Amino acid sequence: MEAYLVFFLTLAGIYAVLALALNLQWGLTGLFNFGISGFFAVGAYTAAILTTNPSPNHLGGFGLPFLVGAGAAMVAAGILAFAIGLVTIRLRTDYLAIATIGIAEIVRLVFMNEAWIGYGVRGIPGIPRPFSPDPVVFLGVVAVLLLLVFLALERLRRSPWGRVLRAIRENETASLAAGKNVLRFRLEAFVLGSMFMGLAGSLYAHFVGFISPEAFDPLYGTFLIWVMLIAGGSGNNKGALLGAFAIWVVWSGSEFLTGMLPPGLSTQASAVRILLIGLLLQVILLWRPEGLLKEERPALEKTRKK
Amino acid sequence: MIRVEEVSKSFGGIQAVNRCSFSIGRGSITGLIGPNGAGKTTLFNIVAGVIAPDSGRILLDEEDVTGLPPNRLFHKGLVRTFQIPHELSRMTVRENLMVVPPGQSGEQLFSALFAWGRVRREEEEVRHRVEDVLDFLQLGHVADELAGNLSGGQKKLLELGRTMMTDARVVLLDEPGAGVNRTLLGKLAESIQRLNRERGYTFCVIEHDMDLIARLCDPIVVMAQGSVIAEGSMEDIRRNDYVREAYLGGQVPAGGARP
Repeated sequence: MEAYLVFFLTLAGIYAVLALALNLQWGLTGLFNFGISGFFAVGAYTAAILTTNPSPNHLGGFGLPFLVGAGAAMVAAGILAFAIGLVTIRLRTDYLAIATIGIAEIVRLVFMNEAWIGYGVRGIPGIPRPFSPDPVVFLGVVAVLLLLVFLALERLRRSPWGRVLRAIRENETASLAAGKNVLRFRLEAFVLGSMFMGLAGSLYAHFVGFISPEAFDPLYGTFLIWVMLIAGGSGNNKGALLGAFAIWVVWSGSEFLTGMLPPGLSTQASAVRILLIGLLLQVILLWRPEGLLKEERPALEKTRKK
Repeated sequence: MIRVEEVSKSFGGIQAVNRCSFSIGRGSITGLIGPNGAGKTTLFNIVAGVIAPDSGRILLDEEDVTGLPPNRLFHKGLVRTFQIPHELSRMTVRENLMVVPPGQSGEQLFSALFAWGRVRREEEEVRHRVEDVLDFLQLGHVADELAGNLSGGQKKLLELGRTMMTDARVVLLDEPGAGVNRTLLGKLAESIQRLNRERGYTFCVIEHDMDLIARLCDPIVVMAQGSVIAEGSMEDIRRNDYVREAYLGGQVPAGGARP
């Protein structure tokens, strides 16, 4: 049971990083990134290639330390986001969504078919955990990084930079008329958010120890994170955290339950889980359209503090 | 201050603006009037950099600024308000104003993360400026309200307030009086006059409310069917037969309605 709890918390923490990153892009800036799994995958593969021991089956590995891999994962995801952003960031929200879905699929298909990178569908095994193989230690690593990401994003949200992002989300025309270089801000938010998604990818790779394109299915890599953010409260970093943990409880809890069903039923039940999550999202949107936690108002907080 | 030279713009087959020329004098409150479809808003959007003209030039202090995007014009001291208020609804009134001032170092990603002390000092300054603007417009009591919850008239005041957070030299006002009740309208006109007198803002105002125009503007530029047909004081305009025919109380001339 304790082992399961550690497993549960670690994955929830990784999802929380993803939800926080999406909150920067969608919650604050209004960027419709529907290709989270692409940046997640690039981060995971980058970390895996850099930190595993040399293997004839895939690129590398280079046996580098965890932090180097994690940093490189962020950089790689950031570069991908920058390249995509230059082309697509002018697009309106819905078009950006379509473009990013396409890009995430391309990323997945590249990893699946270009076997020299990551051994195709057979994937990369033997990704080491940093410091110690003990999952509790790794949970600590995830917790520390999650805290750092949260603090950084919280600071940014309260900063004038975050204020401009929210202004752009609310009204692009007015932001332009207020002299803001809207494209620059959107691109910055897109790249930074994607870098954190890459970081989450590296954590995932080290935690599971094995990655293959299958793990970056849009259902797990994108849809679930959107549900987490919307349920928790878009625009609110604490909401993103809460949503990540709450939805992960429901998601993995339902897996636990369906696992206890007889074999014939359990395969069908796994489809029901997806339905269940969708239903839950509907209920939340109807009852609490702003999610569990509303967006905070920075100006109010500060006047109260005085 | 601003010279519009021979500006034309057509949308498909419609010649919205046809070789328009006029100027906005430094320190003036210039009115831009004309019947619906006269091309005022199109011309206004061209000056504000929202759409590029097919031909002609816009000069700001003798500098050619034709086709510059709104965010660049902003930094050259030309700002605008919107006919339909573009308030940032899910942000407070205070934040709506705080977001405007140019050159905030906290808007740089790196400074926002690491130069916390400097950003905080700047924020205090901006906060003070916001207080002044809120006092000026008497919006202090709704400072921490979400801008989306304001009344139509208050949103119009907020539009004006945003221009006060800039280092503007020229302010383009797109129908500042539309949908504003009489009491608030007086306040609005007063605010515009005070900004003109005390801060030396130059204004260009599009407006349908003739009382407001008469009260504020001199000179007045009259447009009809995409062209400037008259320019002068309210008296000149009132005496001008052509204007009367095209617009003021008169019937729209036979050729005036678009096919």
